[in-house]
Amino acid sequence: MDLSLLSDLNRIRSSRQAGILITELSGGAQRLVYGTDDFASDPLADELARRFRSGKSGRLETDGGAVFLTVCVPPPRLVLIGAVHITQALVPMAEVAGFDVLVIDPRTAFATEERFPGTVLEAEWPEDVLKERPLDAYTALAAVTHDPKIDDFPLQAALRAGCFYIGALGSRKTHAKRLERFAEAGFGPEDVGRIDAPIGLDIGAASPAEIAVAVLGSVISALRKGPEAA
Amino acid sequence: MSQDSTPSTLDILRTAEEWSKAGRRVALATVIDTWGSAPRPVGSHLVIDEDGNFEGSVSGGCVEGAVVSEAVDVIDTGKPTTLEFGVADETAWRVGLSCGGRIQVYVEPVVASPAAG
Repeated sequence: MDLSLLSDLNRIRSSRQAGILITELSGGAQRLVYGTDDFASDPLADELARRFRSGKSGRLETDGGAVFLTVCVPPPRLVLIGAVHITQALVPMAEVAGFDVLVIDPRTAFATEERFPGTVLEAEWPEDVLKERPLDAYTALAAVTHDPKIDDFPLQAALRAGCFYIGALGSRKTHAKRLERFAEAGFGPEDVGRIDAPIGLDIGAASPAEIAVAVLGSVISALRKGPEAA
Repeated sequence: MSQDSTPSTLDILRTAEEWSKAGRRVALATVIDTWGSAPRPVGSHLVIDEDGNFEGSVSGGCVEGAVVSEAVDVIDTGKPTTLEFGVADETAWRVGLSCGGRIQVYVEPVVASPAAG
């Protein structure tokens, strides 16, 4: 492997980017495909898309011989807007499932260390936090405050960033009003169709903890089966 | 997301870069395929230098010795190679996986390009 290629790979890893190193096993030729590249015309396009989603490295037989794909993707992250009761149940579940979790709520009564011990908690407006810690395609975002003043901005930011899952708590009526606001802001039906609402898997969840299970189920489904499955 | 992106994997690629930039001649070994019960998943790395120093793992310690000695050859020749280890093949008397699995390991030199000096 060329040292400069190894440096590029490590740069990808340290900056929450995605990349796949393709190694021809006979001969050792190598090339690097970035997650941000337009690789639609690549002979391995379908396989690359699948691997960027699964994050799994592996060997592949191609017309040109066997290759090994070293897949580097950032660890999945779950950003929760709203430090509410559901969030208190969701944070430990998501952490056990392997997610990096970030909770954002500008309401200091909700966002307290006592309610969220050991959690990465930001008692600031999402506008300010997301400037420092931008969303990306390996991030899921769930907005659960019920307050458009807090929820709308991060939901729209998640649509722009192509988050792999975007969910919003609220009744069908609340969501219909949200869609009107988003349409006024210039988001088309395809964009807003990506928002999972009512939020979570349809398992009849009633308590905050059960809703947390439903939300986490939807997030994992989007992660493993693609955003369209959420 | 996957077991492939565990911190230990990150560290090995970082270590390979650091060793190489420090002027050491380095090879990188990668588990490229596993069959049956294998101790380390596909994508696991081992980094080796010309003196046989190494970090990381491609098995539970069963075949690292053999990979390291092959890697020293790879550093000398500059040619990548693919190694296979299993308990049921003819190499079993020498090194093998006690767990009964089989693994394939790709070993390649890390080469500083001429432009980078």
